[in-house]
Amino acid sequence: MTPRDPALAIRLEGCAKTFADGTKALAPLDLAIGAGETLAFLGPSGCGKTTLLRLIAGLDSPDPGGRVWFDDKEVTPLPIERRQVGMVFQSYALFPNMTVAENIAYGLKVRGEPRDRRRTRVAELLAMMRIEALAGRAIDQLSGGQRQRVALARAIAPRPRLLLFDEPLTALDAKLREALRLEIDGLLRKLGTTAVYVTHDQAEAMALGDRIVVMNHGRIAQIGTPHEIYHHPADRFVAEFVGLMNHVSGEIRDGWLHCPAGRIPLDRETAAGQGEVMFRPETVCLAGTGETHLKGTLAASFFLGDRTRLLVDGIGEQSIVVDVVGPVDLPLGTPVPLRIQSPAMAAKGST
Amino acid sequence: MTMRQNLLFWLLLAFTVATCAFLIVPIGLSLLAGVSANWQLGPSGGLTLRWIEEVWSLYSGTVVRSLVLAVACLIADLLLGVPLAYVLARHPSRRARAIEELIMLPVAVPGLATALALIILYGGWHQFRGSSSFILVGHVLFTLPFMVRSVLAVLASIDVKTLEEGAASLGAGPWRRLATVVLPNAKPGILAGSLMVVTLSVGEFNMTWMLHTPLTQTLPVGLADAYASMRLEIASAYTVVFLLMIVPLLILMQLAAPSAVSGTAARGGK
Repeated sequence: MTPRDPALAIRLEGCAKTFADGTKALAPLDLAIGAGETLAFLGPSGCGKTTLLRLIAGLDSPDPGGRVWFDDKEVTPLPIERRQVGMVFQSYALFPNMTVAENIAYGLKVRGEPRDRRRTRVAELLAMMRIEALAGRAIDQLSGGQRQRVALARAIAPRPRLLLFDEPLTALDAKLREALRLEIDGLLRKLGTTAVYVTHDQAEAMALGDRIVVMNHGRIAQIGTPHEIYHHPADRFVAEFVGLMNHVSGEIRDGWLHCPAGRIPLDRETAAGQGEVMFRPETVCLAGTGETHLKGTLAASFFLGDRTRLLVDGIGEQSIVVDVVGPVDLPLGTPVPLRIQSPAMAAKGST
Repeated sequence: MTMRQNLLFWLLLAFTVATCAFLIVPIGLSLLAGVSANWQLGPSGGLTLRWIEEVWSLYSGTVVRSLVLAVACLIADLLLGVPLAYVLARHPSRRARAIEELIMLPVAVPGLATALALIILYGGWHQFRGSSSFILVGHVLFTLPFMVRSVLAVLASIDVKTLEEGAASLGAGPWRRLATVVLPNAKPGILAGSLMVVTLSVGEFNMTWMLHTPLTQTLPVGLADAYASMRLEIASAYTVVFLLMIVPLLILMQLAAPSAVSGTAARGGK
């Protein structure tokens, strides 16, 4: 294998998964992953994202009728060891009977690389992950962050054509997670390998994914770029799962939603009648002297450092969340005039 | 130290010494009897290795048989128990749990009852009934659960399923995974289980007493025979021989135990 294998494109056709106990984990679905693309599977636990990853990996096989293609080769019947993938597990899955260097060399050894080539490649990866000092250590002497670095190095070492990540950062604390996320991002960019990244953390999915597949109840709720997912969620589930979303209902007419607290501009022509609109907390600001769209009363205020989060009552059924840059010094109960800075979306569906 | 603490200390010490004496004195006396020229006279009658020599000439066959049985039992348990534990660890279902409970049964059922069942089943098979293999079957039945439990505990603690998936993702097929990942990491459990099995097999009396014939006596059965039919010194000398065999095994078992319990942690100092 040469270091410059062209990236792999992946295609799933009618892949469903029913577990032995009869649980339907995945409804039949089609999915295409572009060569060199990083695709993030995002969703709550039990949504089927890990099952889908395992079908691509070859750790599980789809129900009869489902097919998995790597480029133009069908790999459905091939077990994972014959698919040339690299995988990073949530629990690391490092071999406790081997040192760090032996772990990294394992895939090379299995592929029959000669000893000196193995040694060079292991040194290269130890340097790449900045863990040279750990080469001779036993796995149980490593911290969580160090273990995941070793696991990454081990997965990359044999130059797989596809990298699979199964919630690799979930077991780490917030600061380490952020640092390793940046590292993985840099790595994926440098390698240009096709990658699938499973997570329940929307920030991770947005930061790493070229596209995000949002999943719910064994189905794909939406596929899109982070921007599309965030700003044009396909349904209420996606809107709620990715970031915070405000909902206000009222009467739609002439491109506005009218409600007792005021009116909200809409982003597109929508049929007149009763309806509901959604908008993100950061699209709202305190109106000051300019145009006012809505009036409510301040119910709570949280200073978050870079911004202040306000909860405003008297507009929707639930408090409206408003994110304002900088500190806000208003007593609770004060009437607050609000302006919607970018037009709101009419809500579709109510799942 | 105050008077009270002083008193408490001496009381505790006395209690500890008494407990130890309760456990050790009978065995100590037995050992002493084994090397006494005449136990009626006590140690003042002089010490001798004569009885041990006599035991060896009378019963060396039972010692050899016990050792051969223990090794055969170990081999059978390794061949049956390790794969069984592996399958149970890889497929943790309710059915697997039931099988695990089921193989523990021979431990709970009195050895005599198990032996009787074996005699009912195989009794008509005279050649087999009269051979050491018959005893071997009983020993395997009795010791297998200990091997399975020991290996299963280690496999469960290292999450062998995920480890294997990791190895498979790196291109390793089933046999390679077994040789390079599963077995090396199960080693502490296999070792602890092996020592346990050998020790249990060498010392087993209940079941063996039912299963043996005069030509297939094992060491513990021979010991009972010696107590019943020989002078006390010979039976005691027999105990000396037995302890010489079993104590090194027990010590090894103690040494192997911590690494089996904490899995890989014992390797930490490498």
